[in-house]
Formats: sequence, structure tokens, C-alpha cells
Amino acid sequence: MPNGVLILAELVDGELAPITQELVGAAQRLNAGPVSAMLLGSGIEASASKISGVEKVYVVDNPGLAEYTNEAYTEAAAAVAKQADPAIILLGQTNIGRDLGPALAYKLDTAVAMDTIALEMKDGKLHTTRPAYGGNARAVNSFSGTPAVATVRPKSQDTAEGGAAGEVVKVDFTPAGVRAKVIDRKVATAEGVRLEDADVVVTGGRGLGGPEGFEGIEELAHILGGAVGASRAVADLGWRPVAEQVGLTGKVVSPTIYIAVAVSGASQHMAGCSGSKNIVAINKDPDANIFKAARFGIVGDYKQVLPAFIEAVKKVKAEG
Amino acid sequence: MHIVVCVKQVPDWDIPPASFKVDEAAKKVVPPPGVAPVPSQFDAIAVEAAMKIKDAVADTKITVMSLGAATARDVIKHGLAMGGDEGVLLVDDAFNDLDSTGTAKVLSSAIKKLGDVDLVLTGRQAVDWDLGVTGTLIAEMLGAPVITFAKSVNVANGNVTVERVLPDAFETVEAPLPAVVTVSNELGEPRYPKLQQIMQAARKQVNQWGAADIGLSKDDLAPRLTLEQLFVPVVDTKVELMEGDSPEDQAMALARRLKEAKLI
Ligand SMILES: Cc1cc2nc3c(=O)[nH]c(=O)nc-3n(C[C@H](O)[C@H](O)[C@H](O)COP(=O)(O)OP(=O)(O)OC[C@H]3O[C@@H](n4cnc5c(N)ncnc54)[C@H](O)[C@@H]3O)c2cc1C
Ligand SMILES: Nc1ncnc2c1ncn2[C@@H]1O[C@H](COP(=O)(O)O)[C@@H](O)[C@H]1O
Repeated sequence: MPNGVLILAELVDGELAPITQELVGAAQRLNAGPVSAMLLGSGIEASASKISGVEKVYVVDNPGLAEYTNEAYTEAAAAVAKQADPAIILLGQTNIGRDLGPALAYKLDTAVAMDTIALEMKDGKLHTTRPAYGGNARAVNSFSGTPAVATVRPKSQDTAEGGAAGEVVKVDFTPAGVRAKVIDRKVATAEGVRLEDADVVVTGGRGLGGPEGFEGIEELAHILGGAVGASRAVADLGWRPVAEQVGLTGKVVSPTIYIAVAVSGASQHMAGCSGSKNIVAINKDPDANIFKAARFGIVGDYKQVLPAFIEAVKKVKAEG
Repeated sequence: MHIVVCVKQVPDWDIPPASFKVDEAAKKVVPPPGVAPVPSQFDAIAVEAAMKIKDAVADTKITVMSLGAATARDVIKHGLAMGGDEGVLLVDDAFNDLDSTGTAKVLSSAIKKLGDVDLVLTGRQAVDWDLGVTGTLIAEMLGAPVITFAKSVNVANGNVTVERVLPDAFETVEAPLPAVVTVSNELGEPRYPKLQQIMQAARKQVNQWGAADIGLSKDDLAPRLTLEQLFVPVVDTKVELMEGDSPEDQAMALARRLKEAKLI
């Protein structure tokens, strides 16, 4: 009988990625049997003990998994799933999870619910809630088979803290040769605070009129110790790098303050920032959608408002 | 080279958020009156990716394929006006309310019937449900490799080379054909058909196939995922707008308010 929840752990530079303990938290709260994790990679076995609050950590440590590829990871994850026999599998809606989820579900003869933000058990079955229609709607799904596979949006779940490390179970698996091979990989280097981790995000939109409009955005972010974000319109126009894009097809951020300047607040943009604790909007259009989600706002032209706001923030901060 | 591009017809997403409506009982979106459905955004970009290959590689044929209502012929015609050669329209009562697995089964069966396909292009996600699973499922069903989130797609020497878009990295992945690639907006704007191309597209062949034509029955398409509920979330934030006689006054009011709230 399939039982319990299996989560996919992820590492960044050898450390646990935040999504890992978020998934453990989500899995524990389901109260659907034992929670275990799988860790896939090469030279990663030592990291297994960093995962807490799980019963077992299934480790596949193989040179063939040094780099993420759809085929090798799908095979490895399927091998673990067959051994662990969980009723539910949770992955992050990350680079890896969003690529792996559908293929893994297919290999296990089941279905995947992508980018879920809420999970609950109803009559012993998993129900997932996910944004749809660019964030305008919410869809609740149930599964007809097992295991139920879901990818979970980063930052949508409270982290599980503490708890013992799980018992390490080594799974012997060597991937067959892959067909789709990574032949080059460049990491986009962001300076300063990582956008996803920043406590303050200052985002500029198309209303800034050009890349020069971002000087004020950068200055404000600098003063507040935050990171710069961009709307997709801005990334598509090449004014800012894609790595700064916030939204449905960009990054999900949940800072304490999210300052959106000349951003209209399209649902697809809000999908990436609606978890922010306080949204501050500067926009010349009083009817802009961003004001519907904002806590504080100024209706006005950023050309006047932004320099004045930068000066005001400096002054207020200097007052201590 | 034979390329199949899968294009879904979806409700126009470019509407004011306030006019987005859901019929909760029917679990369906109700488009505002008079707003016609459109090709899903990333799917038109997938046609563009196919056209870029066609511009570079001699003897490239593009088949534009859509599964949906009879009106989905319009999105096929749009792809043909962009430069596609032939269309396949998949319509049948047995295709109503499919989940992704069923959708991929229909599309991959139709691709198998075409026979000689080298490359299948899909959007990274359809802009109605925002799933991003169909491309991968088609690849699995065809037994072909998949490469997701393409920003460029090039074909040479029996291989496809794809630059992928990742939030913090660019990756180049290569796979032997036949393969499936899902396309992202970083590839660039789709070309806009000229009037003359729209007229030419009217004469291009669109084959219409039902379940029986591709060897499927309703039983092969049983859903694995059920939609239990569809609703519009309530956002009840009240915005506090800063008053003032000048932008300076408003800006100072905001700074003070943020300070009061211990946010700066
Ligand atoms: C499937 C899909 C996925 C998408 N994913 C994303 C995503 O991940 N992220 C994202 O951001 N978008 C995404 N989009 C696009 C989204 O729908 C919007 O088109 C985009 O967010 C608009 O960007 P914007 O607000 O910068 O530009 P606009 O919508 O053009 O807004 C510009 C704003 O600036 C204001 N303005 C103009 N001049 C001034 C001035 N002088 N002073 C003050 N205000 C001014 C205007 O009033 C307006 O509100 C997606 C769309 C689709 C269909
Ligand atoms: N009904 C359909 N007809 C044609 N193509 C489709 C259909 N549904 C999905 N696709 C393709 O699969 C991609 C991903 O869809 P989805 O998995 O639903 O997000 C889309 O961008 C299309 O290219």
C-alpha cells in the first residue's frame, strides 16, 4: 500500500535550498503518514543529514547526476519512488521541479499538479490549490491515482524547523546515457542581495520609459538595502536582465516591503509578489491594478515622486 | 525537416482584471462579451521559433496542430498566416474536458499519424491553466527527449540545440532529433502576418481528425486529475494613498508613514 509523503530535497552550493524545509513543512502538515526525502546528485551524501524532520532520506549519489538533466533525474527519482512507495510526492516549483514534475508523474503512471500554493487532505485524498489564468483564478484539483505528484511554489509554505535528521537509505542507481545533454552553462551573476531572499524589493516597470529610469530604482534599493526587480515588459525590452523578472514566469518574492514603481500590476506580475507583506505603489494612473493590492501608494509621475521619495527616505533614516 | 507546432486556443488574457469572471458551478471561465479567443501567447512564439528554423534550413515543413473546439481553426489559420504550411485540427466530443495526460495523448497520437516528424514545438505553458506539462508528456509518449524553456532553437546535423532560460542561468542543451522543445517568451516577439499572408493562409490545407482517425476512444482519455473547484480569490487590501500639495509632500508623507509602520 502506498503510504506517506516523499519530498525532493534541493541543494544550492552544498547547502539545503530553502524549498527543502518548506516541502518538509507542507508534508508534515498534511498528516498523511511518514515524511521522507530524496536527495539526488553527485558527492552529496554528506548533505543528507542537513534535512530535518523526516523519517528517511533516500540518497542517490552518482556521477551521472552531477548536473541536472531531465532524463537522468526522472529515472533516479522514479527509482526512489518505486522503493519508497509514497502516496504523495512533493517537489518545488523550481528550475528542477517544474521540468522534472511532469516527466516523473508520467513515469509513475500518474498525474502532476503544478505550482500549487495550498495542499490539504480531504477524505484521505490530496487536494491541491493552484493559481490559474495568470493568477486571476484558483483551481482545486484531486487525483484519481497514486502517487499524487505536486510541485509547490517556493515561499508558499511555512518552513519545518528542528526535528531529527532522517535515517540515510542509499539507493543504488546508475542513470543510462542521456540524449538531451547540457553542453554549456552560464550562471547569471547578481550583485548584492539575492532577489528571492531580499527583505526589500524595488521593482521598476515599463512606465519608467527606458533603462535610464532604473537609476532611481537602483538608488532606492541601495539605500534600503534591497534588491532590484523588473516586470516582464521591462525584461522583454532588454532594459533589465531576465534574472530580475518578478512574476508568474519570473521569480517569486515575498519581502517585507515591495515597492513597485510604474508597474501596472497585471495579475501575472502579482503572481510573483502578492506574498509581500507590504506593497507600496507609485503610479500615475489612480486606477492601476497595483493599487488594489498595495497598502501604501502615491498617485503621481515617478519623475517627480521618485527623486523626492529618495530624499525623504534619506532624511527620515538620518533622523534615526 | 518536418516541424509540428502545437497551438492552443485560449480566452484573451489581455483584459482588465476586473472583467475576469468565473462560473463557479460550471467550473469555467466566462470571457467578457465580444472578446474573441486567441492563440496562447507562447504558442505563437513557438510558431516564430519554427519560422526561424524554416528561414535557415531548406525544405522545412511546418504543421500547425490544435486540439479544441471547431473555432480552434482560427489559431491554426493564424499559424499558417505566420508561415506554416499545413494544419491539423483535432475535434471530437471524446476530447471534451481532457486533462493534460489526455491532451498529450491526443496530440502525440496525431503526431504519430503524421509519421515523419523531426521536431515538436510547444509553448512553455498554456496561458489559461499555466501548467507547463503537455510538451513533456508528448515527449514521453513519443519516446523522444524534451528540452524546456527555450530562448533559441537551432537545428543542424540531426540535432537540435536549445538555449534554455533559467531564473539565474543560461544553459545550452543539445539532443538528437526527433525531439520536443517548449518555447519561452525570451525567444522574441512572433512575426505579425501581412494581409497577403492571411489571404494565402485561407487556402492552405487544414485536416480535421477525430478520435477514431488517430486510433483513440474515450476510454483511452480518462482523466487522472479532476478539477474540484474554480474561483476568483478575494483581495481585500485597502490602499492608503498619500495626500499632499506637491510630489515632495506626498513623498515625505510616505517616508514618514513607512517609518511609523517600522518598515524603514
Ligand atoms: C502567460 C503570461 C505570463 C506573464 N508573466 C509575467 C511575469 O512573470 N512578470 C511580469 O511582470 N509580467 C508577466 N506577464 C506580462 C503581464 O501581463 C504584463 O504585460 C506586464 O507585467 C506589464 O509590465 P508593466 O507593468 O511594466 O508595464 P505596463 O502594463 O505597460 O504598465 C506600465 C505602468 O506604468 C505607469 N506609468 C507610465 N508612466 C508613468 C510615470 N511617468 N510615472 C508613474 N507611472 C507611470 C502606467 O500607468 C502603467 O500602470 C505575463 C503575461 C502572460 C500572458
Ligand atoms: N489543446 C491544445 N492544442 C494544442 N496544443 C496544446 C493544447 N494544450 C496544450 N498544448 C500545447 O502544450 C503547451 C503547454 O500546455 P500546458 O501544459 O497546458 O500548459 C501549450 O503551450 C501548447 O503548445
